[in-house]
Amino acid sequence: MNSREKILAAIAINKPAFQPMPDVVVDIKYDYSVLVPQFLNILQINGATAVWVENVQTIKDDLQKNIAGGHYTINTTEVLGIVNEEININSNPAFLDPVEIAYISGTLGIAENGAIWLEESKMRNRLLPFICQHLVIVLDVTKIVADMHEAYKRITLGNEGYGVFVAGPSKTADIEQSLVVGAHGARSLKVYLLS
Amino acid sequence: MEHNKRNHSALSAIFNEDEKRVDWHDETLWFVRSKRDRAVHNVPEWEQLREYGSEIKNHTLSNLDQYLIEFEKKARSNGIHIHWAEDAKEHNEIISEIIRNNQVKHVVKSKSMLTEECDLNSYLTSQGIEVIDTDLGEYIVQLRKEHPSHIVLPAIHLKREDVSNTFHSHLHTEKGNNNPQYLAEAARQHMRRKFIFSELAITGVNFAVAETGGFVVCTNEGNADMGAHAAGIHIACMGIEKIIPKAEHLGVFLRLLTRSATGQPITVYSSHFHKPRNGQQMHVVIVDNGRTRQLGRPDFRNSLKCIRCGACFNTCPVYRRSGGHSYHSAVAGPIGAILNPNINMQENADLPFASTLCGSCSNVCPVKIDIHDQLWKWRQALTKKGHVSSGKRLGMKMMSFVVSYPSIYRVAGRTGRWIMRYFPSLLANKTINSWYKQREMPVPPRQSFRTWYFKNKK
Amino acid sequence: MKVGLFVPCYIDQFYPRVAVATVELLERLNCEVIFPLNQTCCGQPMANSGFAGLAKGCNKNFVENFSNFDYVVSPSGSCVLHIKEHLTDENEDAALHIRRHVFELTEFLLDVLKVEKLPSNFPHKVGVHVGCHGQRGLHVCSMSELVASPFSKPEKLLSMVKNLQMMLPERWDECCGFGGTFSVFEEAVSVKMGKDRIREHKENQVEYITSTDVSCLMHLEGILRRKKSDIRVIHIAEILNAI
Repeated sequence: MNSREKILAAIAINKPAFQPMPDVVVDIKYDYSVLVPQFLNILQINGATAVWVENVQTIKDDLQKNIAGGHYTINTTEVLGIVNEEININSNPAFLDPVEIAYISGTLGIAENGAIWLEESKMRNRLLPFICQHLVIVLDVTKIVADMHEAYKRITLGNEGYGVFVAGPSKTADIEQSLVVGAHGARSLKVYLLS
Repeated sequence: MEHNKRNHSALSAIFNEDEKRVDWHDETLWFVRSKRDRAVHNVPEWEQLREYGSEIKNHTLSNLDQYLIEFEKKARSNGIHIHWAEDAKEHNEIISEIIRNNQVKHVVKSKSMLTEECDLNSYLTSQGIEVIDTDLGEYIVQLRKEHPSHIVLPAIHLKREDVSNTFHSHLHTEKGNNNPQYLAEAARQHMRRKFIFSELAITGVNFAVAETGGFVVCTNEGNADMGAHAAGIHIACMGIEKIIPKAEHLGVFLRLLTRSATGQPITVYSSHFHKPRNGQQMHVVIVDNGRTRQLGRPDFRNSLKCIRCGACFNTCPVYRRSGGHSYHSAVAGPIGAILNPNINMQENADLPFASTLCGSCSNVCPVKIDIHDQLWKWRQALTKKGHVSSGKRLGMKMMSFVVSYPSIYRVAGRTGRWIMRYFPSLLANKTINSWYKQREMPVPPRQSFRTWYFKNKK
Repeated sequence: MKVGLFVPCYIDQFYPRVAVATVELLERLNCEVIFPLNQTCCGQPMANSGFAGLAKGCNKNFVENFSNFDYVVSPSGSCVLHIKEHLTDENEDAALHIRRHVFELTEFLLDVLKVEKLPSNFPHKVGVHVGCHGQRGLHVCSMSELVASPFSKPEKLLSMVKNLQMMLPERWDECCGFGGTFSVFEEAVSVKMGKDRIREHKENQVEYITSTDVSCLMHLEGILRRKKSDIRVIHIAEILNAI
């Protein structure tokens, strides 16, 4: 027997009697009218900047300002104008290393914890949201759901090779539980909620 | 056993020699426990979530082989290579072979308690492979040639001055600069080059989903992603118990995990890996290393429900005052004390006794493991197997004899109190009576309650 | 109401005043209190040390002494919990009856006797120490770890006592570190835990520390006396019995 067979055989012998799978029904205790303010609030607690804008032009202006300011800025979202096609699935880490600011669009946001779902197809390269110094996420305000249970109802895992919930800037408290923002991933997260 | 240096009692006595440091350690971890309390009290359905977490895990364990097979099938069709390792040795060999076959020299690794359990780092290092732990806490202890003292907060036993000194010698940071921001930045700069030029990344697995054939890795630092997305090869290591049936169950576990661990509502990054990126190799190593044996022990099997949040460490009044290294194992704390005797009974027979059985661990456990009850049961199992000092056995036998016979008990009680009254020096001896080291003995009254009752009520 | 009084061995030998207070209190509340003279110990010290197997004779003796009561009451949450969870005997029915009818004093007063007021008077500042086994095992009060409504049977009773000023330490349900044989085999951590509890009570400037468990108090008293502290320990039965 190889190890796979040995392990599976040992489990078959040693596992307890079958126990049914529970139906997970969590009563939603969140008030939908306060969903968006709650989302914005929790993001700020998580150390992100969150801005609710009426018009996409505000975000476009921000993007242009960064470019004009000499910052190496990458846009991956068509809503904001020209996409930086030179960043793609095959870009190597050294090529991505100098990126200062990256604009990526989120798929959905969660009010209970401020997490935003990013899909591989929207980020162009899996490394981009992490290796950039500053991450900007653009999210449609109608895509905010109450909690994780709602979120997983709307995401089909496995359709894409990779997806990630991002809930703030990279951080660590590994030195004496003292919070430091900017560990290995992006040093800051700015979220634009678009009406 | 009591005289073994590698035992919790002796090691924690050493830890307690510096009382100020114990206070600091206790308060730092209590701060994390308090953050956890605030976070969970914000979730009115918290206890319901714990119940779901527990039931999903119970169900999964009862069907574990089928879920592993389902996971393997789906993961393979996703393009992930699946490996099975019976024990730590095979786990290390599988990884070493992948490294060899791809002529890799540099490996970056994010946190995985399984690789600590298997002692992967020393195995690879002995073969001339450079392994860098990229989680800041793990990196600090790696530079110091120590082991993590906590599964979530690996360097929680260290003060900022310690980290500063370590970084000064290894990363040439300014001597005496203890600013955590400065020190973390130094690690970021150093590590960034390692990420960019690493050939292979090893990560742990928080949850593997049978239904979708993918796995989830949670970090705050982003180090698992920096490693996995930069390297040409990604190896993820998981114990067989990391499986959950469905994607929707992630909703339950991700809500429970980080609130329990650090009091955050979710980690900064919850990364869902399903397919290797274009041109990348992705491997998952599924490891037993004694877990199927634990599955076969009805009293202890539900320790396999553990999602490694570390809440039981932070709440444990003994852990907070004895430090992780006093548990002399990869996984310390209350959960370690019920997992480690399964891995090696002889070496870890002291751990289930490193508890007052106060029960706080079971109350914070997000998947409702009856940790303190299992500690009690391990005590029974270990003494039955003979893992106990002859002195303790003799003492317990004597006590058993005395309390089984009321007349003997009465004489013993009277005699004992008489000795304490008239020859207190016999017990006031700090060497033979450890109670007396820092505590007075109770003052023995002239008469027992029994005598009072006989005189006044009969 | 016929109540069998279970007096744990160390109370019998070292703290008879606690058992006396318990008898007087229960009698004042119209209970017929009987102390079976051949009782010894609940067997917990052996069981918690991993020798539950050695508790057979002890269990047998316990069952013989306590099988003929409506209720078995004890001023110790820890010993009561042990009986509730682990008492077994060849006479299964008798053991089961005891397990179902054994009560820690404060839960007996509130849940069975439904006490709503007491004539007690105790003009002192008192710190409350929550014994873990009474709390997390018997649920005599809510627990800081769980998301649930707060309640406390000991505090409810203490609030009936005139002129008593109740003080809770900041970590109001942290273990004191006694833990049975833990107090001896893990001496360093045990004492440190006790010292930390005492420090918080001292900050509250209490005169007494009280608890539903004498074992915790014995441990704390040992440290207090070594430090020559003015703070005294007192079991809740003694306070409730004070007029």
